[in-house]
Amino acid sequence: MPKKKRKPLLLSGLEPLVISESTNFVNIGERTNVTGSRKFLRLIEKRKYNEAIEVAREQVLGGAQIIDVNMDEGMIDGVQAMTTFLNLIAAEPDIARVPVMIDSSKWEIIEAGLKVVQGKSVVNSISLKEGEANFLAQAAKIKKYGAAVIVMAFDENGQADSLERRIEICKRSYDLLVKKVNFACQDIIFDPNIFPVATGMEEHRKNALDFFNATKWIRENLPHASVSGGVSNVSFSFRGNNTVREAMHASFLYHAIQHGMNMGIVNPTLLEVYDQVPKELMEHVEDVLLNRRKDATERLLDYAENVVSVKKDRNKQDDTWRKENLKSRITYALVNGIDSFIEEDTEAARKEANQPIEVIEGPLMDGMNVVGDFFGAGKMFLPQVVKSARVMKKSVAYLQPFIESEKNEGVQFSGKVLMATVKGDVHDIGKNIVSVVLACNNYEIIDLGVMVPPEIIIERAIKEEVDIIGLSGLITPSLDEMVYLVKELDRQNIKIPVLIGGATTSKAHTAVKMAPVYKGPIIHVNDASRAVAVVSNLLQKDKSLQYILKIKEEYEEFKEKFLERTSSKTYLTLKQAQENALKIDWNNFTPTAPKKIGGISLLDFPLEELVSYIDWSPFFRSWDLHGKYPEILTDKLVGEQTQSLFADAKTMLTQIVEEKWLIAKARFGIFPANSIGDDIEVYSSEDRKNVQVTWLSLRQQLKKTKNQPNIALADFIAPKVTEIKDYIGAFCVCTGFGSEEKAKAFEEQNDDYSSIMIKALADRLAEAFAEYLHHKVRKEYWGYALNEKLTNEELIKETYKGIRPAPGYPACPDHLEKKTLWELLKVEDEIGVKLTESLAMWPAASVSGYYFAHPEAKYFGLGKIKEDQLLSYSQRRKISLDKARKWLNPNLIED
Amino acid sequence: MSIIKELENRILVLDGAMGTMIQNHSLEEEDFRGERFINHPCALKGNNDLLSLTQPNIIKEIHRKYLDAGADIIETNTFSSTSIGMADYQMEDLAYELNYESAKIAKEVCREYLKKTPNQSRYVAGSIGPTNKTASMSPDVNDPGFRAITFDELTVAYREQVLGLIDGGSNLLLVETIFDTLNAKAALYAINQVKEERALTIPIMVSGTITDASGRTLSGQTVEAFRISMSHIPILSIGFNCALGADQLLPYVKRLANKSNLFVSAHPNAGLPNAFGEYDQSPEEMQDLIEGYLKQSIVNIIGGCCGTTPDHIRLIAEVAKKHIPRNPKILSNA
Repeated sequence: MPKKKRKPLLLSGLEPLVISESTNFVNIGERTNVTGSRKFLRLIEKRKYNEAIEVAREQVLGGAQIIDVNMDEGMIDGVQAMTTFLNLIAAEPDIARVPVMIDSSKWEIIEAGLKVVQGKSVVNSISLKEGEANFLAQAAKIKKYGAAVIVMAFDENGQADSLERRIEICKRSYDLLVKKVNFACQDIIFDPNIFPVATGMEEHRKNALDFFNATKWIRENLPHASVSGGVSNVSFSFRGNNTVREAMHASFLYHAIQHGMNMGIVNPTLLEVYDQVPKELMEHVEDVLLNRRKDATERLLDYAENVVSVKKDRNKQDDTWRKENLKSRITYALVNGIDSFIEEDTEAARKEANQPIEVIEGPLMDGMNVVGDFFGAGKMFLPQVVKSARVMKKSVAYLQPFIESEKNEGVQFSGKVLMATVKGDVHDIGKNIVSVVLACNNYEIIDLGVMVPPEIIIERAIKEEVDIIGLSGLITPSLDEMVYLVKELDRQNIKIPVLIGGATTSKAHTAVKMAPVYKGPIIHVNDASRAVAVVSNLLQKDKSLQYILKIKEEYEEFKEKFLERTSSKTYLTLKQAQENALKIDWNNFTPTAPKKIGGISLLDFPLEELVSYIDWSPFFRSWDLHGKYPEILTDKLVGEQTQSLFADAKTMLTQIVEEKWLIAKARFGIFPANSIGDDIEVYSSEDRKNVQVTWLSLRQQLKKTKNQPNIALADFIAPKVTEIKDYIGAFCVCTGFGSEEKAKAFEEQNDDYSSIMIKALADRLAEAFAEYLHHKVRKEYWGYALNEKLTNEELIKETYKGIRPAPGYPACPDHLEKKTLWELLKVEDEIGVKLTESLAMWPAASVSGYYFAHPEAKYFGLGKIKEDQLLSYSQRRKISLDKARKWLNPNLIED
Repeated sequence: MSIIKELENRILVLDGAMGTMIQNHSLEEEDFRGERFINHPCALKGNNDLLSLTQPNIIKEIHRKYLDAGADIIETNTFSSTSIGMADYQMEDLAYELNYESAKIAKEVCREYLKKTPNQSRYVAGSIGPTNKTASMSPDVNDPGFRAITFDELTVAYREQVLGLIDGGSNLLLVETIFDTLNAKAALYAINQVKEERALTIPIMVSGTITDASGRTLSGQTVEAFRISMSHIPILSIGFNCALGADQLLPYVKRLANKSNLFVSAHPNAGLPNAFGEYDQSPEEMQDLIEGYLKQSIVNIIGGCCGTTPDHIRLIAEVAKKHIPRNPKILSNA
């Protein structure tokens, strides 16, 4: 008979927690426990509940999947404290999302807790200590309140202290619960007592071993039950010597999990990574835990005296790591991103190795695996990883000449990934970050760069026999390029997995437009931290098929849901929408005439003027650090990393400005204009006779609630029939001249960190320039807001009058307007910014748009439009319907 | 035939809104008071549950209309009949009587129909609403730890309601419109208590409410967390009702159906309210949407909530006949 599948233990806070066979280990947060944390006790005693809540929050943010709450202290009213605290955390969605473990030795406190949690919690704990009647009554109540339960291996005769007693009590408890109370067997969790080892007492020698074996017995003989325990007890004899304790916890946890412990209370600050414990220390520790030698305890005690407990302080400049052995030095340098000694260490490693390639396959790869693990576990953040990669690349570059002279076969990679920004698109910061992160995880990257035609992508993918193709794009036409490429792959019967990323891409677009036309796997990956997991899942030999099927199913379901959602919206005809246009009262408004009509160029604008206009939040976002500046600098989780990145950015910014790494140029102008329907006519002079260009604006067609207009940009300009003299502005700014050369130079020095940094900063300077110029235009060149006084914060919040929408963005998704803008301002001739075939601007750090001055002008999203507007647009644009469809595709309603 | 057997064979139809039907009678204060409460100290207009005592014929007529339309299960007029809900009308003491009488009326109407068509079972579901207070949320934004009601207070009130509903002859208990799971846990606790004391096996239906597009209950739980929190006591069915129309509710019912090994129910509103707070989804529109549920075999019990009328239920019952019920045993490991 096949082994019956284990039933999962299901718990819930605001979100579910499913503990099944495939769950490795569930970590229970233990800091909200007055018996275990002096700090928490003090906060509860002084009724500082707000701070106590923060302790819970830190636990959840730190990865606790359940939080243990304990209020057992003589001086505290436990019932009241438990009720208050659980009520308070119920109001904090980021804490309440995880289930609670109601921890008390007093039944009335447990019951008070059960009465205030809406989710399915865990009671910690009940036992046979006071006899069967009591045990059964409590279990029956717990069942009615709807909670799982931890059962201590404890009975009328005391705590179980041998393997036999553990088995006896657990079995008896289990049978009572299942047979007499009808308790769901998967809701039973045993705590078979973790006792200290190395106490010097003979009877404690087998404490750890007995726990391991009891755990194994429970998991094999008591169907569906779980095993939990408080790990730090085991090292009680070594209080004061954290190095030994950390090693002991690491080893205990390792073996306990091997034996079937699937949840537990572990203090993460007192835990070393199993593989990072020095071998000798680990041997001594495991001799004790596994009771391998008669003199194990004495030997560990002697050894422990020489192990000085080092307080970890990463903030201090500390050179002690230089005294470690070579392998640890390399790992340390990689983890901490220190490149000052890497060539020296690489040389030493090369001399030790038989072949230079072994340095990469050995110490470097080992170190990068540590980095990968930390990153995967959320212990390192993106900028740190990119710095690690820089160290790695430096070392590899040092080895390269030696490797070539040996004509070696090359490194064994885990897989080959082709990366490209698609045809017509020039944006590559995100793509480069993903490349670096994947490279760190031992994937070989073939980076084809930007504006890569589909034929080249396919040709190289075949030639290089890549395992995965990664496509990136930022502007909307890139979406169609990706669809085209995927269709092409499908036509040629290629089934290489494709990853999609970049700012305009979305899971919705991937699921609705791409997954259905490609037989191979296609996955939307929008943040670098997910890329590694996705790639490794795709390339896992035995499990990838299962993963791919899961993804296919998920996308199919997502597509259905998405279509269900969008199909319910109703749209107006273009005529109806035009009738519901925004009606500005032009009779009570006199547009301000600009000081000068026509184009103006700024050819070498001083960069220092722009620095204070930078909006930093998007800069951090491009590094996967999400939060608002400046609050993000003091964020508990990422604050430290953000500060360090910010410091590096400022250093480079100073160099950019002082050494003139970049040249800033702008071209802008203000022109007479009037609207006719949805079009805006721009005139060459004030007599308004000669139409120089016509802007075509698109109108919202989604049916609005009452009194909400269907807006088009043309609504913000006075109609020709009013005979009011109105104006419109246009601009293009660029701070990207010089950035590409600088980035290349960094890449040649194997410094991707700086290469990505310069591009990210150039982007921010371009945005800052656009903000600056808009400010000047409002106050000086056009001068319609002479009295405006705003702080930078207000500027970023855009509290000023008038707008500067950009073609290709929500208010005007039509990229073809850029051609008109280039024609009107002669942008390429004047300042050298070019348009690619997909109408991306080159250099990439450019911003272009229109200026509207009317106080009612505001940003809006066009949303979806109907076929009738597409037809009208194609006629006004004088292009074929097919061509119009191609450019406006992302905004057309799905049929 | 037991309801479980029936559910294995066909999709059962639950009735529609009570409130909408009562509104059509344009009742005034004196109608609500009747003879008995002519001197009651506070206004009673709007206390729909009271009509079971003062205008029983109107309530019976509404039940008949739903049975004529093809409903298999009718809900008692007791959505707010707890001492907590009745406190607004100073009628806490009437809680047991209201539930008893409402169940009795519904049962009488079912008996009438049983005489007409002896082969067709009709069920009375005792409706147990969420009350107007929440046990896991504070009504005071400045004091998030405060609670206007406790688990124990809810248990006492629900116990009284459950006793009335059972004594009056309910065949099922329907804990519905759950926006705070802790309230529902208290209701289940009370039901369980009564069942144990009296050694009863009355089946329980549980129906939560997803309040908006976030896909969560008002108290913040996801569909899956809600399902897990309601898994400790044997229940007949789990589902969703109210707040959303059939189209918006579909993904959540589907998610439930994918994971639960219980029967699944749904009784959505007649669309979303318009600007005047009225439900204007036509019976035909709703029928179309419900057919979407049936085609995917994701429900066993289907009906209507706010804004639905006998015409809605008639069309729903029509399509329900054409489809096979969902088989919950497919997911024996859930």
